[in-house]
This record gives sequence, structure tokens and C-alpha cells, in this order.
Amino acid sequence: MLEIEIDGKKTTVAPGSTVMDAARALGVHIPHFCYHKKLSIAASCRMCLVEVEKAPKPLPACATPVTAGMVVKTHSNAAVTAQKGVMEFLLINHPLDCPICDQGGECHLQDIAVGYGAGESRYREEKRIVPNKDLGPLITTEMTRCIHCSRCVRFTEEVAGYQELGLAHRGEHSEVMPFLGKTVNSEISGNVIDLCPVGALTSKPFRYTVRAWELSRRKSIAPHDGLGSNLIVQVKNHKVMRVLPLENEAINECWLSDRDRFSYEALNSASRATKPQVKKDGQWIETDWQSALELVAGKLKDTVAAHGRDSVAALATPNSTVEELFMLRKLMAGLGVEQVETRLRAADFRLHTAGATWLGQSIAELAQSDAVLVIGSNIRKEQPLLAQRLRQSAKRGMKLSVLNPARYDLLAPLAGELIVRPDQMVEALLTVLKAACEAAGKTAPAHIDLSSIEVCDASRSIAATLTAHSAILLGNLAAHHPRYAELHAAAAALAELSGAKLGVMSEAANTVGAQLIGAETSGNLFASPKKALILLNAEVQFDCHNATEALAAVRAADFVVALNPFADGVKDYADVILPVAPFTETSGTFVNMEGRAQSFNGVVRPLGETRPAWKVLRVLGNVLGFNGFDYESSEAIRDEALAGDIAPRLSNALKAPVAVKAQAASGLVRLGEVPLYQLDALTRRAPALQATADAAEPALRANAATLAGLSLKAGDSACAAQAGGKALLCVREDTTLPDGVIHIAGSHPLTTGLGGLFAPVTVERAG
Amino acid sequence: MEKILRLIKTFLLWELLQGLAVTLRHLFAPAITVQYPEEKTPLSPRFRGLHAQMRYDDGEERCIACKLCEAVCPAMAITIESAEREDGSRRTTRYDIDLNKCIYCGFCEEACPVDAIVQTPIFEYHGEKQSDLYYTKPMLLAIGDRYRDDILRCKAADAKYR
Repeated sequence: MLEIEIDGKKTTVAPGSTVMDAARALGVHIPHFCYHKKLSIAASCRMCLVEVEKAPKPLPACATPVTAGMVVKTHSNAAVTAQKGVMEFLLINHPLDCPICDQGGECHLQDIAVGYGAGESRYREEKRIVPNKDLGPLITTEMTRCIHCSRCVRFTEEVAGYQELGLAHRGEHSEVMPFLGKTVNSEISGNVIDLCPVGALTSKPFRYTVRAWELSRRKSIAPHDGLGSNLIVQVKNHKVMRVLPLENEAINECWLSDRDRFSYEALNSASRATKPQVKKDGQWIETDWQSALELVAGKLKDTVAAHGRDSVAALATPNSTVEELFMLRKLMAGLGVEQVETRLRAADFRLHTAGATWLGQSIAELAQSDAVLVIGSNIRKEQPLLAQRLRQSAKRGMKLSVLNPARYDLLAPLAGELIVRPDQMVEALLTVLKAACEAAGKTAPAHIDLSSIEVCDASRSIAATLTAHSAILLGNLAAHHPRYAELHAAAAALAELSGAKLGVMSEAANTVGAQLIGAETSGNLFASPKKALILLNAEVQFDCHNATEALAAVRAADFVVALNPFADGVKDYADVILPVAPFTETSGTFVNMEGRAQSFNGVVRPLGETRPAWKVLRVLGNVLGFNGFDYESSEAIRDEALAGDIAPRLSNALKAPVAVKAQAASGLVRLGEVPLYQLDALTRRAPALQATADAAEPALRANAATLAGLSLKAGDSACAAQAGGKALLCVREDTTLPDGVIHIAGSHPLTTGLGGLFAPVTVERAG
Repeated sequence: MEKILRLIKTFLLWELLQGLAVTLRHLFAPAITVQYPEEKTPLSPRFRGLHAQMRYDDGEERCIACKLCEAVCPAMAITIESAEREDGSRRTTRYDIDLNKCIYCGFCEEACPVDAIVQTPIFEYHGEKQSDLYYTKPMLLAIGDRYRDDILRCKAADAKYR
């Protein structure tokens, strides 16, 4: 440890740290623009110049390593003169357009100019003008304002993993720009808006709407992926105006994925339902809560009485809060109905674990692993910020390997890669298991049949990376897989054998919470016809594994009640729409993939006559005359729903062995990924996200060999057919796919006519 | 002696006569009453009356929706909503001043970086209902257009003191 003195305060710091680190630890503020704790050091802005004793010239604090006995003065005359000089140079070309700049009021340059800028400029010559760049639908540019701190450039390269911005030309002519004709398409690109210390990069959906000082900052939790990113929701007049990250080193660090950042636009969408609606003779009629709830209660009671308890079921999306799911389950129990399901996109219900499936460790611990094997996950699109963490770890030397149905670009160095058809993922995992067995000289558990498995070099090298301090992660593509139980069982055996920790990256914000309160039944609800269905936040055509089957089931039901913030998605098949609050308008709790329960408050008043779903379900319980529906707050429900410690109730261990056996595969198989911005009702309605490259219309993708076999070429249109339905799609060539795989994204209006996400598919030329 | 003098003055109603003398004097002096509204007192060019929104010479509205007037207004009388206009410029979609709340301090005019919001010498306006004194953007722009010359003359006269 080195002893150093900053502004008369003495401290000891680790060798190799910089003066800036030491000053931050001491709480001494040194003005800076280009320095950022999560990015590499550029020392390009020179704003952090400080006086160091025995140094002839002022030194940049961010790039000066501490030495023993160093004496630093950050506010001495020499330091302040240097800082003021730098400020004058920075302001030479910076336009004086603060009144129309969206950064105005939260601008580092503005703030620091108050402290270090002169009242008047001495510069009389012409200012530089830089043409604006098109960075896509999320980020607006005013490049004349750029001060060349290069934070955005370093972010795309170091954190987002792929350099999408660069600093071109030199000196006076330098410009930050994307590659010619390209936009910034990273799934975490929105962070450059926060990083930009001036108004050069600002949010496009937020552009020119409100000023920073008009907004209230309220804490919340992201409702999309399983990470549970902490949010600051900024609100004006009970309207959500924008979303920023709330720093939480254990979860999202200081970042936010674009999905979490821009999905708020859907909250103000015109398709929000504001009053209860009832369908009468094919016409939607707005009604009041009392009569709507009485109608629902009466219908549910009558259906159970007439057709038995198995004729009623409830479907909820796994991003419903703990409170909502608990109340739904309690209401169903009151009716005598057992069937409440949140695993809507799952196809295999054979798996029974000893507890709620989770990451197996904390997110921070995972990042410290020696090796990680990711099974069935387009992790960048499923869990953008977790992918970012794994990327940082992989760069530091963690051995990252993948077993996927397509060669997804993780933008990280890979130690091993197995790319197989979706219906051969179990077999591929068995080759790794067999390789691990051979290496360790052990045999696999009896329920796993390895007899017909042939080990390849790739699986040997993956098996070799797995040590005691490593992790095996199952992603969404595994969870939605028709043989998920086998994948999980094989992964569990591999984890057992190698000492690695098995983890499941939960699909949605409350997947773990839903399991904790048992909002899961033991099978596919659509297997037997239902007379009455309750849909909580669910739009079955998008949220279910098999859209055709789900749509047929809801259409066949006599009575469908949809509790949903939006009316347009469920109008086709619902009989009653009860407008319930999205996450910003209700209090609730999400349990993220590491088993962390995070409660949040409503940040705005519910829109119109919208009510929080837990209140709606409570009153429905009252109308039905059930006991125990007297909760006065969501906290009371949470305390009952999650009573006790969560940690002992999390487990990925199998309760009963699942027989795993290799199967042969032939023909064409669909790879039905859920696109990044089709995950849930909010993202599907966010206009800016829907304009991104990631939200492009799903196409029929296959590799060149597969296309040749079908005598199709890129640009043709083709008809894909699965048991139950068809879809007409444009053909695209995709070199990342193995032979025989037809990639057709699910959860999209174009593909709701198709069946299972990973089911066989036939393709023929259209027209 | 003084007592006698006071007694005489009391009986002769001396102080009354003194007072009547003032009345008599003013009876023949020129009148100072201003016959409002036919006649008006002079007004300082700095007078802070009714608000107006100004335009540039080419007819483009000056206001850029920076919201500094809204932020500085001590009476919270100003309400602004802004959005990007079709041509990409930053404009208000709503600019309201509630004159019931306004205290005519002139801070809005001082805060304005583009001289869009000004206070005119107009003080003769009224409303029969409270809502009549809620001025919206078209009303404010109309005032600016109608009294443009008066406003510019006042601002020019006051400019050298600013």
C-alpha cells in the first residue's frame, strides 16, 4: 500500500491505482469528462489536471499512477489555472445552444463551466460545425456539441463488445462517427446517452419533451429479463417520461439494456385499456368495475359448478408480480381450481426440481467463475446485461463455451462451441457429459443413457474447461425446448460430475418468484379443453409456446377474462377485459434469477380506471365471498407469499430422475427464438424499440445448403407449415445456422399462425 | 396675551377661513385630473403589463421551448409542453400563462434567451370569468403581432439601461 496526500488529506491506496481513484476514495472531487470508472483510461479531455509536488507540469489525475509519498493538490492555484485553461479550450468549439439542448440542466460541461469557465469567451473566430450522424431510432446526435471525450467509443468497444463508433480524423477535424452506412445496433446502446457528458448523444424518444429539472426521480425494478435491473423512472404529471439506470453493482452495475430503458413508451400508448370492457353480442361495451367483477365472479362460479374444477384454468405471464400471482393462485384455490400456469413458453413439463430453478449463485459470483458453459441461449438478446458481465469475465480469462442451435455472436472470446440442430441439443450435451465421464473415469447416473453417444473434440475441450469453480447455464432456448427436462437432467449430471454450479437464467422478471409461490401446474393447460380461462397479463398468441394451439384453446373456451393493461391484444378472444396496472402503476415484488426479491412502489397514478391487478383479484375474491381476501397493502400479500427465507427454497436439483436418451433427428426443424423486443406486452408496444434492427420482421432463415435443398434462394417468399398452421415469410440466408434448421422467430404477428417453437416444419415455395 | 389672541381666532372662525382660502385658491388654479380613459398618464417604457410572444421578422416564432421562464417563474404561472416540430426544431406545443397567478415580476422576460416572452405596456385588459385570464400560446402570439410596433419601441427605449 502506498501513502499519498491529496489536498492535505492522507490516505493509503493500492499500488497501480491512479490519483483519480485515490481522490474518489477520499471524496475529493476532481472535475473530469473522459474518465469513467467502468471504462478504460483515455486522458483525452485533460480536465482532471492536478498539481503534483515535484512534477514540473500539471498531470492528469485519471492517468497518473500513485507513487509513494505523492503530494497532490487538486485546488491549488496552479491546478485551477490549468483546469480553467482546459475549460476555455473545450468551450471554443462548443455551441452556446444550451436552451435547446436536451442535456441542459444535467450537463457535465454546463456544471463544470459554472465552476471553471470564464464569463465571456475570448474566441472571436468561427466555430466548428460537425454534421450529425444517424445512429438509429434510439439515439439522436448533435455532433457539434461533442468534446471528443471518447466515452461512447470506448463503451461500444469495451462494454458492448463491438466497436460501432469510432473517432475519425485528427485534431480540429476529429469526429465521432459510426461505420459508413451503419447505425448503432447494440442491445445496450442506450448507455452511451448516459455516458455522454454533453448533449452530443441524447435519447430520441425523449427528445425535446421535458427538462431534467421538471422530472421526479422514482425507484423501480425492470419488468423484462430475469436480471431485475434497478431503475430510476422519471415522471412528470403522472406520466413516465423516461427511464434511467439506478446503480446497483450486484445486478446491473451502472448500465441498462435498451429494452429496460425504452420500453416505457408503451406505458403511454393509445392501446391502453382505461375502463373495464365487456363483450355483448360481439360488441365491446365499457362498464364499471362493480358490474364487470360481478359478471366475472358469476361466470367463474357457474362454470365450476356446471363443468367441474378442471374446466377452469388461469394463465399468467412470468413478469406478473409476486403479489399478483399469489392472489391469482389464492382466488383459483377458492374456486377449487388447481391450474395456474406461468411457464407459458415451455413445452416440456416433465421436470420437477427440489425448489425454484435459479442461477445457482449470485450474478456477481457468476462473473468470477473460471469457466461458464451456456446451453441454449442467445444470451445477448435474452439477458443483455448478464451477457455484458460474462463478456467482461471472458476478456479477463474466464473460459466461455456455448452449446447452441445457432452460432450466435457473443462478442466475446469462446473456449468451445457446439452448434447443433435444436432437436440434437440433448445429444450434443450428452457428448460433453460423456467426455467429462471419460476424463474423470466415472460413469454417468443410471437414468442417463450414453451408450450411443460418440464424443467429439469440441465436446472434449468444453468438458475440460469445466472445473469446480465454473458454471453451467441454461437459457431460454433450453427452457422452451420440447426436451427441456432432459437438457436440465443432463446438465445437472454434468454439473455433479465436474463440480460446476448449474444455473437457469430465468426468462422473465419474476420467473423465480412464480415458482416460489407455486404458480405452476404440472402440465400443458391446453391439453384438455377449458370452459373458462383467466389470463393475467397474457396475450396467448404471443406469450405461449404454441400460438396456434393456444389461440384455438382460448377461442374454444366459453368465457375468457383478460386482466391486461392493453386491450388490443386480447380483444379477439376475451369476453371481459379488466384493465390492470403495468409495473409503474402498482406496487409489487419481482424475484430475479439470483433469488433476490426486489419490491417496488408504483411511480405514477394508474391511468384512467386502471387498477393494480392484486387489488382487482382481491375484490374478485370478496365478490365471490371467499375468506382471507382482506389484504390492505401489497406488502401484506408479499409478506405472506414470500414468508421466511428465500434461499433454502431455491434449487436446481432434480426431485426425481428424468430418463435421458439420445434420439435420431431428420427433416427440417424450426428454431423459434423469441425476439428481443417481442418478449412481453410492453416491449411489443414500444415504438422506438420496434424501429430497431433487432425488431425487424421475422424471416424464414436457413443456411445455404438447406436453402439449396429446398430450391429456395434469399429474397424468395416461402410458406412454412407446422402442425396446425402456416405462415408466409420472406427467405433469408443465415450462415450461423446448422443444416436442416429453419429459423422462424416466434411471438410475432407474422408467425402466430405457426405451431411449436422447436417443432418440425415443412417449407415450400410460395406463389 | 396668547390666550386672548386664541379666543379672538376661535370666535372669528379663523382656521375655517384659512381652509376656505385653500379651496378658493384651487378654484381658480388649473385642474390636474386626468380624464381616463380619454386622457392617460405617461407610462415608462419599462412598464411590465400584459405578456406577449414575439416573432422574428420572417414570421417564425421566437420561442424555442427552453422552459427557463417556466423554471424561473416565482408564481408558477407558466405551463409549457414541448415537442420536436416536423422540421426538427424544438418548439412549444403549449405555452400558457395564468394571469391570475402572475405577479408581473418580469423574470420570465429576463430569463428568455431569445426575447420571445415580453411584457407589454398594456394594462387595460380584464376578464369576466377567472378562466378569461388564462392566456394560451395563440393569444400571446396574437398580442405580440398586434402590438409589435409598440413593444419594439418600448424595448428599444429601455435597451440602453439594460
